[in-house]
Amino acid sequence: MAEHKLNPNTWIEKYSDYLFNYTIVRVDDREIAKDIVQETFFAGLRSMKNFKGEASERTWLISILKRKIIDHYRKINSNKGKAEVRMAYNSDADSEGDWLEERVADPYAENAESKIENNELGKAIHNCLSKLPEKQATIFRMKTIDGFDTETICNEFDITASNLWVIIHRARTAMAACMEKNWF
Amino acid sequence: MKKNYNLFIPCDEAQHVCDKSQYKEASLFEKIKLSLHLAFCKVCLQYNRKNTKLTNIISKNNAQESLYLDLNEKNSLQNMFERELNR
Repeated sequence: MAEHKLNPNTWIEKYSDYLFNYTIVRVDDREIAKDIVQETFFAGLRSMKNFKGEASERTWLISILKRKIIDHYRKINSNKGKAEVRMAYNSDADSEGDWLEERVADPYAENAESKIENNELGKAIHNCLSKLPEKQATIFRMKTIDGFDTETICNEFDITASNLWVIIHRARTAMAACMEKNWF
Repeated sequence: MKKNYNLFIPCDEAQHVCDKSQYKEASLFEKIKLSLHLAFCKVCLQYNRKNTKLTNIISKNNAQESLYLDLNEKNSLQNMFERELNR
């Protein structure tokens, strides 16, 4: 097996999405996930000299990330004063210290495809939005994408509710036609 | 808007209810009137389909987008990391 090398300069660009995606499905909070990913990169930087070159860069980072996620779980658990986490990582003592790199499961980038599609979908939506008149686009975005409620938007733009619905209706019709042409 | 207790509603009202229901703001009675209207009005049925489809893909996009870092978040991460790297 070829010797793997660490190159921290490319970490963020190459792995931040993957690590973040890995974290967010486990902790379900964007802010916490961001912190954990950041800590992971810093921890990786600090312990670069411990890297043995047996695993790939990403596997190694994921193994650190897993520790961080477990730490997070433990923290939120001990806050409530419960649950001591016990895990038997490895039965034989020989491989002590190696268990991190050994035990990482690395399901290869199963999200790659959906991500590309998602980027294109996002682009198509933004493209169609940009073709709408500015006011319609803003209100549509606030209502549909940002999820503000009717009242807030009405106050913001100083319009009545039925006014808003007319704007939404026009925007939706235009968006549907545009997406029909460019996406479906 | 004044309450309309008539079960049969004109197309413009049907489409209004359809828009509202995309944001879960239509009442049950309104939704019943809408589905009754959709049972005989092909034009509104078509509109309803497109509208629902639009809602679906936008929410799908929203849901997926939040699973990834956006550009700003990535940049701030990159900045902080570079600062750490140069120490």
